[in-house]
Amino acid sequence: MQHPYKTPLWKIFLRNILTSKINIFALSIVCISCLIALCAATGILANQWDVSISDSHTPPSLQHICGTDILGRSVLDKLIKGTEVAMSTGFFVATLSIIIGVVLGVLAGYFGGIVDTCVVWLYSTITSIPNIMLLLSLTFILGKGIVAIYISLGVTMWVGICRLIRGEVIKHKNREYILAASAIGASHFRKLWYHLLPNIWHIIIIQFALIFQVAIKSEVMLSYLGLGIQNSPSWGTMIDEAKTELIRGIWWPFTFATLAMFLIVLAFNLLSDTLRDTLDPKLKKK
Amino acid sequence: MDLKTYILRRLLHTIPIIIGIATLIFFIFNIVGGDPALTLLGKYAKAKQIASLRHEMGLDKSLFLQYIDLLKSIFTFDFGKSWHTKQNIITSLKESGWISFTLSFPPFIISCALSIIIAMVSAFYRGQFLDKTLVLISIILMSISILSYILLFQWFFAFKLDWFEIAGYDKGFPNFISYILLPGIIIIFLSIGSDIRLYRTILLDEINQDYIRTARAKGLSEVSVLFKHVLKNAMIPIVTNLITQLPFLFLGSLLIENFFAIPGLGNFIVTAINTSDFPVIKAVTILSAIVFVLFNLLTDIIYTILDPRVKL
Repeated sequence: MQHPYKTPLWKIFLRNILTSKINIFALSIVCISCLIALCAATGILANQWDVSISDSHTPPSLQHICGTDILGRSVLDKLIKGTEVAMSTGFFVATLSIIIGVVLGVLAGYFGGIVDTCVVWLYSTITSIPNIMLLLSLTFILGKGIVAIYISLGVTMWVGICRLIRGEVIKHKNREYILAASAIGASHFRKLWYHLLPNIWHIIIIQFALIFQVAIKSEVMLSYLGLGIQNSPSWGTMIDEAKTELIRGIWWPFTFATLAMFLIVLAFNLLSDTLRDTLDPKLKKK
Repeated sequence: MDLKTYILRRLLHTIPIIIGIATLIFFIFNIVGGDPALTLLGKYAKAKQIASLRHEMGLDKSLFLQYIDLLKSIFTFDFGKSWHTKQNIITSLKESGWISFTLSFPPFIISCALSIIIAMVSAFYRGQFLDKTLVLISIILMSISILSYILLFQWFFAFKLDWFEIAGYDKGFPNFISYILLPGIIIIFLSIGSDIRLYRTILLDEINQDYIRTARAKGLSEVSVLFKHVLKNAMIPIVTNLITQLPFLFLGSLLIENFFAIPGLGNFIVTAINTSDFPVIKAVTILSAIVFVLFNLLTDIIYTILDPRVKL
């Protein structure tokens, strides 16, 4: 197969990002969110989020930029803590579903036969059950808490990527370069790891960005249904609390949480688009 | 292979999938989920109470017999009664499914028509400013959380402007319309972003085909190429995509129905989950999975009929 890229991929990706203002914006949002999440996780930022700093429901002012919630806690600190929850949800869910999806997809596509039949049966079964029912059943059984959310979202979201990877592996496994590797006596592992994987990396990266933002959005839905995160503020619970607050004119927790979530989801959507344009060799020709 | 053998073969293929669904549901609820009798009665239940409830629910049978019961119910469509409302599940499902359908079908059609038109415009001006703006707008629409849409629209249009009912539902033909207007608009906003992007991709896929270049080389105008050639061929993936979405219309939008207190299937599910109503959850999951499998089969059959390139 002819190698479609003359310059290294990351250079093309960087060039695609830096030539467009929207992409610079998206990348900086992702970087800043990661930084905020790391700072919140290590306790540098917002470690006092559960301390009441002012009266209940103080509107935004210079002192408290985002106002306070019903218990007088700073909405800004809750937002920062929520960033940690959202980013970790996105990261762990995407990682978990990618691992399950890629391992099963590669095994099914590469070995075929009975392995393939089993994996196809497994994912046809799981896609047949409406996503939301499976998600609710799983959270219901795993109990409440952040780990339950990671697992139930991860377990429901691997199907799409598994199907993509399986298709791609089937396409590649009879190509000349894999046959050539077999001819010089390469092991299955070597063929998969050094020869096949580099050719399907782009799917994995694009899917990672997509699942990341879907997971963040799903967390809101679970919070609304009372299955969300319990002991830590999240954007989902903040938006959910606004059900009763908005009518009374308390707009700030809702607005800032919505805005925070909107920005990060938008950034991931934009980045996954750019990634697709850069990495997908099929789009190169057009 | 002719069409009949193909359909028969595909039908046989659905059997292991349906058994798989039943097994998965059984595994989740009867083995991992713990004893539903304990969940229902709470911490302070007496042993006698638990035993009689378990007998009533058929939980005192062996796991194998319970599994056989579940498999049987798939074919007889008899899922018993809800633990919570004591009503026959299938009757309640029909009623609430229909309400969900009336809520989500009109927005589905409107959203489809609108997004195909916008995608056509976008594909016509591909790579230009208008196209980029439309794509950006649809990404923005996709990036807002469902709950934010619901809260914002309800607060602004129903509460501030007082154009729509805030929440609630009324049975009977003309009465219910005023209640489903605002939820319907929200459904359109929720789906239109991803629809535009999907249809735009499908249209652009067709535009890059060789026969389109031939059509242009013949000297056809871009508009006639777009409508006569591109749209006609792009309709195949678009129609199949629409058919796969149909079963979800009966399921409704869980969040929207629950929020606006519309007694559709979505709301039914949320209530079942909040009251640990296992028979209802099982029935809804299994039935919707079966409907999904059958609609997938239908899509494949229509696809083979519509697209002569697909060989059986």
